[in-house]
Amino acid sequence: MTTEFTWKVGGAQGEGIDSTGEILSTVLTRMGYYIFAYRHFMSLVKGGHTNYKIRASVEKPVYYHGDELEMLIAFDQLTIDENEQELIEGGIVLYDEKFEAKSTRDSLRLLSVPMSNMAKELGNVIIKNMVAAGASAYVLGIDPSNFYEQIEIQFGKKGQELIELNKTAFDKGYNYVKENYADTHRPVPKATKPSKSNLLMSGNESIGLGATLAGCRILAAYPITPATEILYWVLANLGKYGGKVLQAEDEIAACIMAIGANYAGVRSMTSTSGPGLSLMMEALGMSGISETPLVIVDVQRGGPSTGLPTKTEQSDLNEALWGSHGEIPRIVLAPTSIEDCFYQMINAFNLAEQYQCPVIVLSDLLLGMNKMTFPDLDLGRVKIDRGAVVTQQELDALEKGAFKRYEVTESGISKRSFPGMKNGRYCALTNEHEETGLEIEDVPMRKAQMEKRDRKLQTLRRDVNEWGYDYHGSDSPETLVIGYGSTGAQITEALEQIGGGNVGHLQLRCMMPLPADGINKYIGQAKRVVVIDNNFTGQLAGLLKRELGHHDKIETVTKYDGNPYTLREIVAAVKG
Amino acid sequence: MATMADFRYEKATWCPGCGDFSVLAALQQVCVKRGLEPEDVVCVSGIGCSGKISQHFGSYGFHSLHGRSLPTAQGIKMANQDLTVIAAGGDGDGYGIGVGHFIHACRRNVDITYIVMDNHIYGLTTGQASPTSKKGHKTKTSPGGVGEEPLHPLQLAITAGATFVAQAFSGELKQMQRVLDEAISHKGFSLVNVFSPCVTFNRVNTYEWFKENIVNLDEEEGYDASDKFQALRRVYETNSVCTGVIYKEDRPAHHEYVLGATDQGTVKLPNEMPREEMESLLDQFRR
Repeated sequence: MTTEFTWKVGGAQGEGIDSTGEILSTVLTRMGYYIFAYRHFMSLVKGGHTNYKIRASVEKPVYYHGDELEMLIAFDQLTIDENEQELIEGGIVLYDEKFEAKSTRDSLRLLSVPMSNMAKELGNVIIKNMVAAGASAYVLGIDPSNFYEQIEIQFGKKGQELIELNKTAFDKGYNYVKENYADTHRPVPKATKPSKSNLLMSGNESIGLGATLAGCRILAAYPITPATEILYWVLANLGKYGGKVLQAEDEIAACIMAIGANYAGVRSMTSTSGPGLSLMMEALGMSGISETPLVIVDVQRGGPSTGLPTKTEQSDLNEALWGSHGEIPRIVLAPTSIEDCFYQMINAFNLAEQYQCPVIVLSDLLLGMNKMTFPDLDLGRVKIDRGAVVTQQELDALEKGAFKRYEVTESGISKRSFPGMKNGRYCALTNEHEETGLEIEDVPMRKAQMEKRDRKLQTLRRDVNEWGYDYHGSDSPETLVIGYGSTGAQITEALEQIGGGNVGHLQLRCMMPLPADGINKYIGQAKRVVVIDNNFTGQLAGLLKRELGHHDKIETVTKYDGNPYTLREIVAAVKG
Repeated sequence: MATMADFRYEKATWCPGCGDFSVLAALQQVCVKRGLEPEDVVCVSGIGCSGKISQHFGSYGFHSLHGRSLPTAQGIKMANQDLTVIAAGGDGDGYGIGVGHFIHACRRNVDITYIVMDNHIYGLTTGQASPTSKKGHKTKTSPGGVGEEPLHPLQLAITAGATFVAQAFSGELKQMQRVLDEAISHKGFSLVNVFSPCVTFNRVNTYEWFKENIVNLDEEEGYDASDKFQALRRVYETNSVCTGVIYKEDRPAHHEYVLGATDQGTVKLPNEMPREEMESLLDQFRR
């Protein structure tokens, strides 16, 4: 017996597709199911096509929304056109009676439900979402009481009348399908409700939560899809801890405000997507040479330029690794799941202050805007390390004006002071500078400062081999599959599907510094190295070739149509 | 009590006679007079000759990027509102590449003082036209004379919502000190545009030229700096060549109205959170 199921609702933007999906996601999570919810949408407010897919499992968390679809709610014909190929043989389509549904696939069951009409009768067109929820509930065999509970929570503040209206709409949809298409009833396996309810969270929320617990108290950002929800979450939560959020005039200002705030001693960040990251390139250099900590979250979307604002891609890797003129030390992290978004933010703020350099966290739309259910986050992993900061006693012991903010040390790391600390004065400089921060052009000091800044990452280059990647599979794999960030979900599942074989899976969590020793351990023995790149030019494969060689073994798999990898595509690539 | 010496750091490298020396001196004098300690002041500058001021001012400093002194300064003030934050730069820096930030800093009313050393020319890059170069001014990049209208910083600041707008002249140190003192004590965004002649690359807008043309509004009978329309009219009538406190109003500063406003600097708040508080944030996500 299968332990999972898939469901999708689709229609025009502005029809409440997301809210229909959200209701079901919430109900299923509360019932104990593990869901992954995927939003497909377009860069417009009304019209076009949007859909919301849920994959639910009884057993364990799912990290991907699945290749297949069992049931579709269609508010228009376009929804059928766009999604019929995804449906399984015999898949059910419940469509709004207001249009005449057609499908090129005979095996599908197209069943009309008067969703719009019922809503109209109830005097509220938008309530067709609740009709659709009721219709879905009958097919999935979910007891209506679960939905009633959700309706009461969701509309509780708005009064009894609205609660009753929603319940009635739900019942109408439920009963209509029950009376007309009783045979569609295919109850899904029951989930066991956990003692402590699970978390339902998006990657963007996970980033916001992680930043807040990491001690971030200032976020400056400019609205941009698919990163704006980070701004929303932080805005709703940071204020009660005295944190501040500023919507800047552009990404240049946002990033530089975060640098200014870090300079003054507050953990600060900015969040953006590709076009914003491009505008932050000069700020990246500013953080690098002035040795001011900085955390940038880049929720990648389809590029180049405005590109595909509402679609996913991993094509900002090169820019994150090499962008900005000149050469600076930097750290580039890549969360591999929605949970990992949280842990990587804790990591990012610590690294930024320990190494006094910019840290870029490369998320993407797939992680950022989609939600999943999982049991918990390990709060024991929340540790704050502010790095090397000079104490007031140390400053008092110095001669007046003798503090060397840019002291050339063996580790390359020099202690920071903050405004307000007596005798800790320095001028942070974007020019090359000597140890106290005066600009210079003399040769030995220039070389000493460049080398000092590079030296800072020495220990990290070693340590990153401990945590910079996840590895599963054979100790000496014949075929090694490498991905970074969000693709971990599909690669893991695809390899489970293939089963057996001498295969290994290495998923990178840190792109710079690259955990070279760790990768080499597996790459050396492999005959084939399949690199999964969600971009056109194979940026990850390029990085591995540049840093590790093995040109003859590395096969590049690319995808750049805006959609996440399917399991089918990865299976095909790995089978070769 | 801090002295002038506490606000000095190495000798500035400007050309002899550069107007920026007076700005640095006036700023140092005002800080001493106000009883500020150098560790409680941050001077943030952009790029250009005037941008070097942060290196030679004895407070904390950030010599930032071309056009980006204002975002840097606003970030610092957000982090620690207890600091006195001065942003400084030139006309190219503030009104060319950085003009977008300028307009938004005015409307945001962040409590910082922005000093623009306005010499109507790009000095450090050896003499190109700037946004405030007068029409017809011949420079390396305007061999036939500047064709564009000059930008009018005072009008721009007033209409963008700045709550304190003043103009001073490097040849009138006493007035500059007075204006700077008032600007620093003003709660909210204050602009002090200073005519700071470039003795090397601007042979048109010289000390003499300014002396001959400046109208001192501080001495003008009946001038009311709280009257926005009068301010705009007089700036227009004097072709922007006027000095004094031009416009002033009271409005809540950013650190007072921002969501999550605190009585003390953000930097003084704890980073760590009690376990129960972390749990309560997680509970938001439990359904």
